[in-house]
Amino acid sequence: MINDNKKADDKTSDNKTKERLEIVCPAGTPAALEVAVNSGADAVYTGFRNETNARNFPGLNFSPKELATSVEFAHANGSKVFVAINTFPKADNQELWHQSIDDAVAANVDAIILADIGLLDYASNKHPDARLHLSVQASASNAEAINFFNKTFGVKRVVLPRVLTIPEIKKLNSEIDVETEIFAFGGLCVMAEGRCSLSSYITGESPNMNGVCSPASHVRYEKEGSKMVSKLNDFTINEFEKFETAGYPTLCKGRFSTDENDPTYLFEEPTSLNVIEMIPELVDAGVLALKIEGRQRSKAYVKEVVQNFRSAVDSFYDGNDIINDLGNLAEGQRGTSGAYVKKWQ
Amino acid sequence: MAIEQNNNKRTDITLGPLLFHWDEDKARDFYYKIADEAPVDKVYIGEVVCSKRAPFHAKYIPDAIERLQSAGKEVILSTLQLVMNNRELNEIRDTAGFADDMMIEANDLSAVNLLAGKPHSIGTFVNIYNIGTLKVFEQMGAKNICLPGELPASSIRTLAGAANDSNIEVYVFGRLPLAISARCYHARAHNLQKDNCQYVCGLDSDGMNVNTISGQPFLAANGLQTMSQTCCELSGEIDELQSFGVSGLRLSPHDVDMVKVSSIYRDIADSKIDKTEARTKLEEEVDFAEFSNGFYHGIVGKDDVNSVA
Repeated sequence: MINDNKKADDKTSDNKTKERLEIVCPAGTPAALEVAVNSGADAVYTGFRNETNARNFPGLNFSPKELATSVEFAHANGSKVFVAINTFPKADNQELWHQSIDDAVAANVDAIILADIGLLDYASNKHPDARLHLSVQASASNAEAINFFNKTFGVKRVVLPRVLTIPEIKKLNSEIDVETEIFAFGGLCVMAEGRCSLSSYITGESPNMNGVCSPASHVRYEKEGSKMVSKLNDFTINEFEKFETAGYPTLCKGRFSTDENDPTYLFEEPTSLNVIEMIPELVDAGVLALKIEGRQRSKAYVKEVVQNFRSAVDSFYDGNDIINDLGNLAEGQRGTSGAYVKKWQ
Repeated sequence: MAIEQNNNKRTDITLGPLLFHWDEDKARDFYYKIADEAPVDKVYIGEVVCSKRAPFHAKYIPDAIERLQSAGKEVILSTLQLVMNNRELNEIRDTAGFADDMMIEANDLSAVNLLAGKPHSIGTFVNIYNIGTLKVFEQMGAKNICLPGELPASSIRTLAGAANDSNIEVYVFGRLPLAISARCYHARAHNLQKDNCQYVCGLDSDGMNVNTISGQPFLAANGLQTMSQTCCELSGEIDELQSFGVSGLRLSPHDVDMVKVSSIYRDIADSKIDKTEARTKLEEEVDFAEFSNGFYHGIVGKDDVNSVA
């Protein structure tokens, strides 16, 4: 028996295929937010300067006051602001997360991006008018799961886990009354997000509990003979010859061996996701928003990626060719379409 | 062998779902032996890692359930961890259809949505990190909750203390599932794609060791799942878990003598042996990996405080 989801918001379902594809851009600082807005972002997503968000990096993120000012700026320039509060509160210390939700509402943000079910419960009860988006960290990868979040907490949009092919997304969109946002560019998690504790197994700190993955505090680069070796908490993640650029040792993007095989990129190569050329298929699949990863990235990076996506989306609606000029910004200068294409799996 | 009638305080020893792709005969024999000889109270059964394996398990699971139930074990149907398409969703819907007759363990929110309002279990793959979340699941009918393996003792204590309507279970033995993906790492390691995987995950009955370039033991791959290379082992923490009010100790099946392993946990849960004896006996049984208990102690997950001390 399928649960009765008829009370799901029909306003979103009517609109979702008609609306133009939205570009959702990262901003790690108020200055990056200004750049994103000025470069053509339809929406900018941010986080507070604490462990409530999954990019809890030193020197990054917003105070409540900075957020309120940035929201005013964005609204004056026709852009929306979302706040990600997408880590999982500690068992007996939910106050920081609750306070952050209250602060986001007070700052007049356009949506709060949540993953934890306890927080969704809090936000939907305390702030029934707040627009809630489901973070990728909630790992809602199918119609039953998404309808659960819609029915129980009134979630209006889901950021899909990077595990689905485009045909699967299209089918999914025909079965849910919730907007879908997908990752379009940047770092690529190869594991279902929000269900990965590899980082805490190796370093003691994880995305779910600490808002970090493969934290910089545990990273070392060491010279061993002619090679540069990248390490995470003393584990060798990769090694590079002189002519190679030593990449950041994200633990699932290194070279590893099995008992029978020599070292290979067993989980994933150091590549970036880039779906800019797939915009027509994504629109056809009913996707409403494209998310660009990288709140930790520079203003220059944000500007270039956002401008490229703005131009690509506008070209699509104007009937012109989409130009992919983002190759040089990809990790390892390589782009992948990830799980959106079945052969990746 | 009938299990002693519970008094209220007795801690359950439970057997989690088989995470590895054992062939039909091996798996059937395993469950028959568990039914006949192992001092476990509850057995979770069903494919949770990869839907491609499910048809193989369907061949022995009905027989295994019958044998386990006849032996007095409570059997709970466990479900898929990552549900990505309608074929998989329909399998979950089919399983949820048994909810009036059997307890079902949800490992994804899709199953939770289908089981809400009926008594059910929540598996270790569902994120329950705090009281707010625990309460939502209890309100939806969760009667048994196996907490995520990443949680430290302080969180387990808080959650076990806050649980009113549910039993709290903790994963105390076995390689810990750390991640799940759409991509199959077993197939990838064998230069195959998932669609044509030839079921190479079946070659590694305890998972495939993944090591660093420097030869350091790192992780283990099990099809779509990535696991700890170390074997989680919390026999030394059981008296504390009991004092928190944890009522179930979950053992994850491995290709070792699980009757002996479960007997050791039964004995330590009943204070018949001490933690040193339990660890020594477990070391004799487990040869596929080192032990770890780091997550419990709030440190690096792969570490073992017993060997550090």
